[in-house]
Amino acid sequence: MQKSDYKSRALVNAEQLLPGNQTFTSITNDIAGVPEQKKTPIQWWLLFGLALSLLGVFAGSLGYLIWEGTGIWGINMPVAWGWAIINFVWWVGIGHAGTLISAILHLFRQNWRNAINRFAETMTLFAVICALVFPGIHIGRIWVAYWFFPLPNQMGMWPNFRSPLIWDFFAVFTYFTVSLLFWYTGLIPDLATLRDRAKTSLRKKVYGFFALGWRGGNRQWQHYELAYLVLAGISTPLVLSVHSVVSSDFATSVIPGWHTTIFPPYFVAGAIYSGFGMVMTLSIIARKVYNLDHIITLEHLDKMAQIMLLTGCMVGYAYAMEFFVAWYSGNPYESFAFVNRALGPYWWGYWAMIFCNVVVPQFFWFTKYRRHIPFLFITSILVNIGMWFERFVIVVITLHRDFLPGAWAMYSPTIWDVAIYLGTFGLFFTGFLLFLRFLPMVSIAEAKLVLPESNPHHGDDH
Amino acid sequence: MANYGIIAKFESPSALLHAAEKVRDSGFTNFDCHSPFPIHGMDEAMGLKRSKLGFIIGAMGLTGALFGFGLQTWVHLVEYPLNISGKPYFAYPAYLIITFELMVLFSAFGAVFGMMFLNKIPRFNHPVFYSDKFSDVSSDAFYISIELTDPIFDENKTKSFLKEIGGTDIEVLSDEN
Repeated sequence: MQKSDYKSRALVNAEQLLPGNQTFTSITNDIAGVPEQKKTPIQWWLLFGLALSLLGVFAGSLGYLIWEGTGIWGINMPVAWGWAIINFVWWVGIGHAGTLISAILHLFRQNWRNAINRFAETMTLFAVICALVFPGIHIGRIWVAYWFFPLPNQMGMWPNFRSPLIWDFFAVFTYFTVSLLFWYTGLIPDLATLRDRAKTSLRKKVYGFFALGWRGGNRQWQHYELAYLVLAGISTPLVLSVHSVVSSDFATSVIPGWHTTIFPPYFVAGAIYSGFGMVMTLSIIARKVYNLDHIITLEHLDKMAQIMLLTGCMVGYAYAMEFFVAWYSGNPYESFAFVNRALGPYWWGYWAMIFCNVVVPQFFWFTKYRRHIPFLFITSILVNIGMWFERFVIVVITLHRDFLPGAWAMYSPTIWDVAIYLGTFGLFFTGFLLFLRFLPMVSIAEAKLVLPESNPHHGDDH
Repeated sequence: MANYGIIAKFESPSALLHAAEKVRDSGFTNFDCHSPFPIHGMDEAMGLKRSKLGFIIGAMGLTGALFGFGLQTWVHLVEYPLNISGKPYFAYPAYLIITFELMVLFSAFGAVFGMMFLNKIPRFNHPVFYSDKFSDVSSDAFYISIELTDPIFDENKTKSFLKEIGGTDIEVLSDEN
């Protein structure tokens, strides 16, 4: 009785996640077929052209920034942290969903992640690169960015390890390195598949080089699986630590509105929320362009929407709790900071955030909306707009009016703030589109594990 | 022209698993089961011991943590004591974050490079690649390979044994040059 229940569950699961009687061969052909396409789809070229133009904007504005200095930005006292920090936190946050999908859902044995984890990990990689740009450039003298590293030098100077800003550097640097290793380890068996299917000698050599001579023997899988499991295990506390450390850049200061203990969990929830928004946007585009509706299914989108609902409610709770604590603390500066967020001169930023992050995900209570693709596409973008405004609220609205009215001022960005931000999209999408073109966007080996026949005990009686 | 071993193809993950049990029970030690994805229960079926990778990762993690904590302590107490608002030099709670990050970083290096070390990769030439059909193993084929260096290897006996336990497409791996 119990046995037949289990079997039917495995079959039902496979039917929803990989519909249409798939086999091991058809999975390989479908996924590996994309980077093997002779003719690149015209949509790819259009998107790539757009991405390259934005990358040009990025290079140009970055060049001018290095030449002229951070004076070209809109920052001034009291808002000395402008778009650079907003964008840094925003991009790092987007990256977090990738690690959540690949590591935490792996530990919880959530098989549905197998169709989107490669995708999400790649997103993490490029999002963290975009994020790392900002601390690099906001220091002003970019040519001494290596001072972040604790390197012995002729000046005999060392970083101050008691500062959250250096914690941040270590956290994000470690995060990038571990994400890269995790991503590459997951790719090794798939690179071997591409090597074995390669038609030209160049492809065979390049894929073969990166596949490291993988043979798929169980003596290799044994160590490989353990390495993968441990990477998932250490990425889980890592991803929670990264955004907690990012939040401590703010929370360890004494500015009203920043000096709160709710920041670490609130930042982590927001990060996962925005990251799932980005995974949703990208996977809806990719499944459309490459006809992968049967690999990235409605079931996957539905599950992602459920996670967005959960994390959206968590940030909504945090927004409410911040207000409650500001009132309950009895501290007039703290109360003022929050009233100023909702009713001050930047009220539109605050309400844009509330609308996108708290109101919009409430539709995900209903199955109808979780499975409506145009609706999901629009909301996934709104979520990321909302999360950008959240960081705007935290950075700009908090700083522009602190203790003494004499020190208050308004902030507005310049064209260069906007250009560098838009430019990072060029960096992100150029990398991401090259990935879609040359590497399997779904893990070939892991997608097969969803099929019931991949489990040798399927249909056995013992 | 030199021989290296024999490969045989099997139908499905469960056929491969049951064949592996029989190969193990016949006393072969130098054999491997190749599949497009890891197969649950294969380690026991092949009689493999637990992976030693955990020890490498543990040692690397500990090294990272000690290095991180040691570096910060040494910098702030010995090499470059920096007085900021009279705060303590040995601020060990503040050191924990970088200690943790370096522990994770070193463990990740241990996991990936330790895995490569134990798997003896990168290794680009291997006798199994002499077979043309073997390349299907990364898509949908399941193979057992038994190497010549196995103490009880005998070309004809091993061939018929593999056939007996359900292997097809039996091929002797030999270097064509």
